[in-house]
Amino acid sequence: MRSAVALVLALALGSSAIAAESSDGMAKRVAACTTCHGKEGRATSDGYFPRIAGKPAGYLYNQLLNFREGRRSYAPMTYLIDHMSDAYLLEIARHFASLELTYPPPQTLGASSALLERGRKLVTAGDGAREIPACVQCHGKAMTGMQPAIPGLLGLPRDYLNGQLGAWKTQQRHAAAPDCMATIAGRLNAADVEAISAWLSSQPVPVPSAAVPMTTAKLPLPCGSAPQ
Amino acid sequence: MRLRVRIVLVALVLIVGLAVARLVVELRADDLGPDAPFAPTAQQIERGAYLARAGNCAACHSARGAPPYSGGRGIETPFGTVYASNLTPDAETGIGRWSAGHFWRALHEGRSRDGHLLYPAFPYTNYTLVTREDSDAIFAYLRTLPAVAAPIRPHALRFPYDNQWALAAWRVLFFDRDTFAAEPKQSAEWNRGAYLVRGLGHCSACHGERNVFGATDEPLALSGGIIPMADWYAPSLASPEEAGVAGWTVNDVVALLGTGSTPHASTTGPMAEVVARSLQHLSEPDLRAIAIYLQSIPQAPARQRISSSGADPAMLERGGVIYRKHCADCHGDDGKGTPGSWPALAGNRAANMDSVANPIRLVLSGGYPPSTAGNPRPYGMPPFAQTLNDAEVAAVLTYVRASWGNTAAPVRSFDVARHRQGRVNY
Repeated sequence: MRSAVALVLALALGSSAIAAESSDGMAKRVAACTTCHGKEGRATSDGYFPRIAGKPAGYLYNQLLNFREGRRSYAPMTYLIDHMSDAYLLEIARHFASLELTYPPPQTLGASSALLERGRKLVTAGDGAREIPACVQCHGKAMTGMQPAIPGLLGLPRDYLNGQLGAWKTQQRHAAAPDCMATIAGRLNAADVEAISAWLSSQPVPVPSAAVPMTTAKLPLPCGSAPQ
Repeated sequence: MRLRVRIVLVALVLIVGLAVARLVVELRADDLGPDAPFAPTAQQIERGAYLARAGNCAACHSARGAPPYSGGRGIETPFGTVYASNLTPDAETGIGRWSAGHFWRALHEGRSRDGHLLYPAFPYTNYTLVTREDSDAIFAYLRTLPAVAAPIRPHALRFPYDNQWALAAWRVLFFDRDTFAAEPKQSAEWNRGAYLVRGLGHCSACHGERNVFGATDEPLALSGGIIPMADWYAPSLASPEEAGVAGWTVNDVVALLGTGSTPHASTTGPMAEVVARSLQHLSEPDLRAIAIYLQSIPQAPARQRISSSGADPAMLERGGVIYRKHCADCHGDDGKGTPGSWPALAGNRAANMDSVANPIRLVLSGGYPPSTAGNPRPYGMPPFAQTLNDAEVAAVLTYVRASWGNTAAPVRSFDVARHRQGRVNY
């Protein structure tokens, strides 16, 4: 709750205090991040680490808090940010969110066309019978995310996507309650996860790649990370 | 002959009997009698909050993401895992039924409410020096916390360490109740510093060397040691080559403790946690007192250093290539660093220590000093565990330790491999 309030405040205050300073060596201050997340936070599809550049600041900030407070577990990540203040984490989130980069075309994955079609359907239309909403309902038509806190889904390695959906299913990854993604991942079976990850990771990142403003009056599920 | 055997047997029985009797005494807790009325003042509660920070109680007594002081964090030791208890006033799972007397006995004697012996992962070997007045203030503060019902996790200790008799034996060997006695020849400031460092601050829990029984050899020495399980080396505060501050200005020591960084040294790893959660919240007079005490610790004479001249030239060359590729941007080709952002490696004590644990951990895991009021937006060291293999880490560290006037011993791949298995400390 405290972090949600801080986030709303910070986003409402806009660029003023924080942005005025953020040109002050931010790229060098976050050198520890780009070692794994790629130059300027642009990971490629051949690795595991996700890109962080251009994702909404609210999403990145929430993840930093999740790592610090144990809702996500990746020891090297938690270790690095463990003793950073909320204000500094937000500044880091805003730094990466502000980067507008172009991405290389996705790599050919060797996934069958049937698998890709299954993935495309789940992402764009969901599965009403199983109460699985389409990814695009929340993550935006172009899948570049929605402001202020819903991430884009493109430009991410297939292994990373598999890893995250799997982590939600097995309750290794959490988000602020109500944890909408945990609910949705719980309704996906292993073949669904495989299909979604294969299709998403084979799509090019559009230009512009920035998250769009919130266009949905009501998300299909209540989300603690993106309160409406 | 027979008589001799008899004498030896009788002596043995006597010795065993005395030892058992001593353990029985150790296991027996005094009856504290009826609870004395306890009506803390607002001032006492505020003081207690401050002292709890000075003791960094919340660091161990809070699990990640759980309410502060609700316990449950596993403290890994070479003997198994000890789970920190819930210090909130919940009656069933916390200290809701404790009296101020029980709490004082826990700090002073290492006994729980029912009298059973507590494991010294709870550093009562230090806290035994805390005054009753301070104990009562901390207790008063803890009583004001929201009560949290948290399941009690039993310790996961191996035999025989899970046994109260074994713990009693440990205490007979390594623990004595004590009180802080001021040194009349020293200033009030020095004595305040000594009280904080030896008592609540429990600095020796990390900065003291531990024997095979997990006891600090000289109970309150600060001569450096590997922190069990964490695989970080807590450097000696009694050595000018490690973390001794006898040659520093008081202001620099205060800055390091209070902000986590000075122009020539910064804190990462476990010490970053201590600054973040405890030291940055201490008052300037208390930090000065700590500094003055630390400066007075007798400094060991400089050791004959192992020379780096034995480093393999091919390894040095390879290390230089890696350094220029990954390190020189920040630390400079000349090893002089970038003032205010990245430390110089030329003459850097942390990089040149005999123990190679910290340099290796810093290259593998990276790390940031904490965000503090004095250094809110710290620069940090990237982790290279993903980028460099063991031989490369060894080569670049060997290069650093042999360049720009540095003369520390080479680092071996074997050392890096060992530390790569170590876990990050949280």
